[in-house]
Amino acid sequence: MTSTVEGSGPTAPTGPVSVRLRGIGKRFPGVIANDDIDIDVHRGTIHAIVGENGAGKSTLMKILYGVQPPDSGTIEIDGEQVRLGSPADAIRHGVGMVFQHFMLADNLTVLENVVLGAEKLHGIGGAARAEIARISAAYGLDIHPDTLVEDLGVGARQRVEILKVLYRGARIVILDEPTAVLVPQEVEELFANLQGLKREGLSVIFISHKLDEVLSVADEITVIRRGTTVRTVSPSEVTARQLAELMVGSELPSPSTETSTVTDHVLLSVRDLTLPAPAASGQGRPLLDSVSLDIHRGEVLGIAGVEGNGQAELVESIMGMRPAATGAVTLDGQDIGAMSVRRRREAGIGYVPEDRHRHGLLLDAPLWENRILGHQTRSPSVKGPLIDRSGARADTQRIIEQYDVRTPGADVLARALSGGNQQKLIVGREMSGDPVLLIAAHPTRGVDVGAQAAIWDHIKAARREGLAVLLISADLDELIGLSDRIEVILRGRLVGTFDPAHVTPEQLGSAMTGAGDTASSGRPAEGEETA
Amino acid sequence: MSVPATATGVPTGPETSPGTSTKRRIPRWAWFAVLPVVLLLLAVLELVTGAGDLTSSGTVRATLIATMPIMLAGLGGLWSERAGVVNIGLEGMMILGTFGAGYFGYHYGAWAGVLGAFALGAVGGLLHAVATVLFGVDHIISGVAINIIALGAVQYLASLTFAGLPGGGSTQSPKIPDVPSLTIGPLSDFLGDIEQDDWFFVSQVASVLRALVTNLSFLVIISLLLLVLTWYVLWRTSFGLRLRSCGESPAAAESLGVDVIRYKFIAVLMSGGLAGLAGGFLAMVASSNYRDGQTGGRGYIGLAAMIFGNWRPGGLLMGSGLFGYTETLGLRQGGTSVHALLLAVAVLGLVLAVLQARRGQVRAGVLIAVGAVVVGVVYFLIDEVPGDFTRMTPYVITLLVLAFASQRLRMPAADGQVYRRGSAG
Amino acid sequence: MTPRMTKLLLGLSAPVLALVAAFAITSLVLLIAGDPVGGVWGEILSVPEGRNIANIVNSASVLYLSGIAVAIGFRMNLFNIGVDGQYRVAAFTAAVVAGEAWLPGYLNTVLAIVCAMAVGALWAGIAGVLRATRGVSEVISTIMLNFIATSLVAFLLRKAAVREEGSNNIGTKEVPEGSRIPGISIGDGPGQEIYGFVIVAILVGVLYWFLLGSTRFGFDLRATGRSTTAAVASGISVTKMVVAAMLLSGAVAGLVGMPLLFGESYTYGSTFQSGLGFAGIAIALLGRNHPIGVAIGALLFAFLNEQSNPLQILVGVSPDIVAITQGVIVLTVVVSYELVRRYGVRLEQQSVARALESERKREEVTA
Repeated sequence: MTSTVEGSGPTAPTGPVSVRLRGIGKRFPGVIANDDIDIDVHRGTIHAIVGENGAGKSTLMKILYGVQPPDSGTIEIDGEQVRLGSPADAIRHGVGMVFQHFMLADNLTVLENVVLGAEKLHGIGGAARAEIARISAAYGLDIHPDTLVEDLGVGARQRVEILKVLYRGARIVILDEPTAVLVPQEVEELFANLQGLKREGLSVIFISHKLDEVLSVADEITVIRRGTTVRTVSPSEVTARQLAELMVGSELPSPSTETSTVTDHVLLSVRDLTLPAPAASGQGRPLLDSVSLDIHRGEVLGIAGVEGNGQAELVESIMGMRPAATGAVTLDGQDIGAMSVRRRREAGIGYVPEDRHRHGLLLDAPLWENRILGHQTRSPSVKGPLIDRSGARADTQRIIEQYDVRTPGADVLARALSGGNQQKLIVGREMSGDPVLLIAAHPTRGVDVGAQAAIWDHIKAARREGLAVLLISADLDELIGLSDRIEVILRGRLVGTFDPAHVTPEQLGSAMTGAGDTASSGRPAEGEETA
Repeated sequence: MSVPATATGVPTGPETSPGTSTKRRIPRWAWFAVLPVVLLLLAVLELVTGAGDLTSSGTVRATLIATMPIMLAGLGGLWSERAGVVNIGLEGMMILGTFGAGYFGYHYGAWAGVLGAFALGAVGGLLHAVATVLFGVDHIISGVAINIIALGAVQYLASLTFAGLPGGGSTQSPKIPDVPSLTIGPLSDFLGDIEQDDWFFVSQVASVLRALVTNLSFLVIISLLLLVLTWYVLWRTSFGLRLRSCGESPAAAESLGVDVIRYKFIAVLMSGGLAGLAGGFLAMVASSNYRDGQTGGRGYIGLAAMIFGNWRPGGLLMGSGLFGYTETLGLRQGGTSVHALLLAVAVLGLVLAVLQARRGQVRAGVLIAVGAVVVGVVYFLIDEVPGDFTRMTPYVITLLVLAFASQRLRMPAADGQVYRRGSAG
Repeated sequence: MTPRMTKLLLGLSAPVLALVAAFAITSLVLLIAGDPVGGVWGEILSVPEGRNIANIVNSASVLYLSGIAVAIGFRMNLFNIGVDGQYRVAAFTAAVVAGEAWLPGYLNTVLAIVCAMAVGALWAGIAGVLRATRGVSEVISTIMLNFIATSLVAFLLRKAAVREEGSNNIGTKEVPEGSRIPGISIGDGPGQEIYGFVIVAILVGVLYWFLLGSTRFGFDLRATGRSTTAAVASGISVTKMVVAAMLLSGAVAGLVGMPLLFGESYTYGSTFQSGLGFAGIAIALLGRNHPIGVAIGALLFAFLNEQSNPLQILVGVSPDIVAITQGVIVLTVVVSYELVRRYGVRLEQQSVARALESERKREEVTA
């Protein structure tokens, strides 16, 4: 299923090929990650690689950066066939990688992070400092060498990563999901930087699953599905929808809104929730600043915001995991502010955490023990002070069937399941406690499209059954599609309410970064379409 | 047991959001002011309590000798933990060092003893490195195992090699030749006179200087040089930057082409060698032969000194000095000296309590104040601290330091993590 | 091969692999040192006589208690290295209480044992509280507490002790006849009695298995040990768990000195056995924190210790060689468990992938 159709229109790039991949393959035990990949990247272009989660993009980039060797296939850089046995090899051939999860040491300065591994280029003192300042000025990166990385925000850290790559004289820059943590305005800035790189004759390879962005900035797009290349197209030839269908190979699920199920009955009420910053951090601004919100029965409230603006703190404070929080939290009329996490769960809160590996599962325990997690004081998991093994097993089986968790059985270790199936199990478990409020934080992060659709269905079902749902997400489409109402959180405060039926991603983005007008309803101007 | 424990435990509070901390950096010159200030305080204490032996040159000399093994062990811990490997096995590597000094020192001379101590300690380090870096064994378990193995091995080897030698037996070696020491005669006498004159503060300074020019073992000089060398190598060279990056973020280091495994190995080997050297110091300078049980837990105290010093050489020296001083006081005129210290602890406690209260941590401040008052009352009730309690002093101080200082410390971010190649990205 | 059999085989292969490796390394050490390898193993692996068997069982029951104490900590990812200090303060307390004999007969014994457990729990609790509230590593704090315990007990012993008749040793007042725990005879001949306390040790093992495996508290404890973050999100109070685990561990550690106190020496003196804490760590690792595994480990270590006693006299080799074996076992056990676990996870991932693949094929056919 490999067809490398190079765009035949007038905008198709010609000229020298800086990176040529032919027949790249890679297997892991039980999984074929890459199979017969063919890609040509022309010099001085921005080449995007798109595919859904688990399609094999990250593995491919690790191969190109020398982190892992391919099982088969060849790599040519600037016409010369190369073997990349380690990142050092890749760097030597002019390949630089900006990882999705930044590879920075918090306790070291920018200078130390940048020169690490490349000390021979300009030393580790004054000359290096000067070079960093030069690159920062030349590409508009605005980075100071002696800042501690710990003190930098997300956008700045990304620019440090780019600087690292340029410092080493990279001619081919790979970016892995660079816009995952940026808002629309920052994305524009990043793309401007990338255009600057392109003008200098560098080749930029850009991995993403955000099709709108890709279409706006890339010169060529290669679609990968199930580990193999599907097609290489020019952005002028395709629409986002067509690209998506190439990626998934079938009908796209979309989070469409249905008839409203919102009632008048308030289930969750939060008043003046404040969380002071820890004394040791020296920061004056509180993490949560007088947050007040209401969620009604049958309503999904979506919280939009750039990561690090208080979403995690909000969720954890409502759950009771932040003892320093002050303010009133009421669940269906009952004041739960003084209750422990366990009591709040018993009062009827279900929690689908943002990081399922760290907060939602015991990876090395069987599924039936994971069923008990978070519900240790209620049946069917327990009888008095004892664990009810058979009860837990039976109920786990029920969840497996009802929520379509793909697994051979309830005794399998949680670790062995894929991300999507783990998430389905967690959703099933949390719904089983008969919750009054469901907190879902980034519920489809790292989950394949099929599981994503299933989880969206379950959230909608919860809504219909009369639950209140607090939805935190960085996926604006998910927020707009699922929520009855959207609140934006910025620097620990709620700064705007939006109607998902009428708001655009740009409006949300402005509110999320504090730029522009934070209109309270986002009603569109005449003739404007929503995205 | 899939999650390895870290040396100072899990932080108890929630994580702060990024980019929010502003630390006040202590200026470089302040470090050098510490010694004079401490001397001043001790001079005051001597005046107030009448304790005679707090700062005599004999005490200072003994403190130096007590401090060096702890410092060397802590230095070993520093090398290892800066590369991300927790080393609880310092005690075992020190024991190996004492044996190395005994064996090689007796058969081949003093300097051979020194090298032998370092070498045997490094062997222990090699074992730790192989277990933790190559096989992914939890760092603490490996350290504990090495302590068990080292003890057994050394006892076994001692009965094999020392039995039948003059002055030797299964629990001790024959006398080891001394490491040469340094004495500047005329200066020493001159300073001795000043010390006797009992001038406030000047005499104390004189005793410190006298101790530095009288019978100063070359091994002390070497140890201090190693400390300075460590600072320079780790913070001023590319090698050191790479090594520290392995302890802060091995994934970042690997993604930039640093051979993390190699640096961890070198660090742990160095760590073992330094711990072994500490043992050698014990056997050759602090006493004159190898003896079973010589180390007395100093490997662990060295770790505590390293934590106290916030994983930096300067702080390590201060911490080791503190522990060495209290250990010395415990041994010489133990009762009255430690008794005097009680007053100092009570006063310091009250000061700390006030500071905590002003920072808003009233409950902690009250608790500390109560503790300080209790200590003060004890000071006035008794004249002398019984021998068993003075022997406890270094360990109690370690506990107190850890209890109060743990939260302000900054250990290498990836310390204690089991590293696997290919974890980048 | 059924999944259960596979699991069992995998579970057994790791310790066997570890032991074989440890013995091999020990033999290597002996070879290099020039000691007779065959002679040493011949002596160690010889069949023990009745008297030796009694010693082995006695020693094993003590080691077992130490191992379980450590295992409780391990289940919570806490390293209780302070078992040594804990059992000594506890044994001293029990000896003093029993010696005073405020209650008659066996009531006295029970009181003393309860006091021992309380004191042991307290001593460990100090480290637990420091860890839970100040983040102090329990590794270092328990080690410090060990040293403090030595000095403290020495001091208190001087105050509370009575000179033994005709010797220079001091010890606490003797436990009265009516409070001693009688031994269980396993044969004729001298010294063929095992401590009656063995029964308590077995009971402790059963309770341990039950508490951790079948109760809510045990579930909370194991969950916290597996993932502190998941435990917090699920409503478990990690602070309480840390302290509870250390208290429990200390309480069991307090029992370590009881067999000796009530079955043989009847007094706590300056020569009371020490050093059982580190052995407990090794045994807990070898037994993988499993009550039966720890028992086997305890028997193994006791066996090695007992059989190596005559090595000096009979073969001219220092019995300390066995300490090397025991230390090496700690390393080989962990390595082999890790290797076997990785292999097991691979097997499971492959079987899951196969199962899902066949399901997918069936779906494609029917679609």
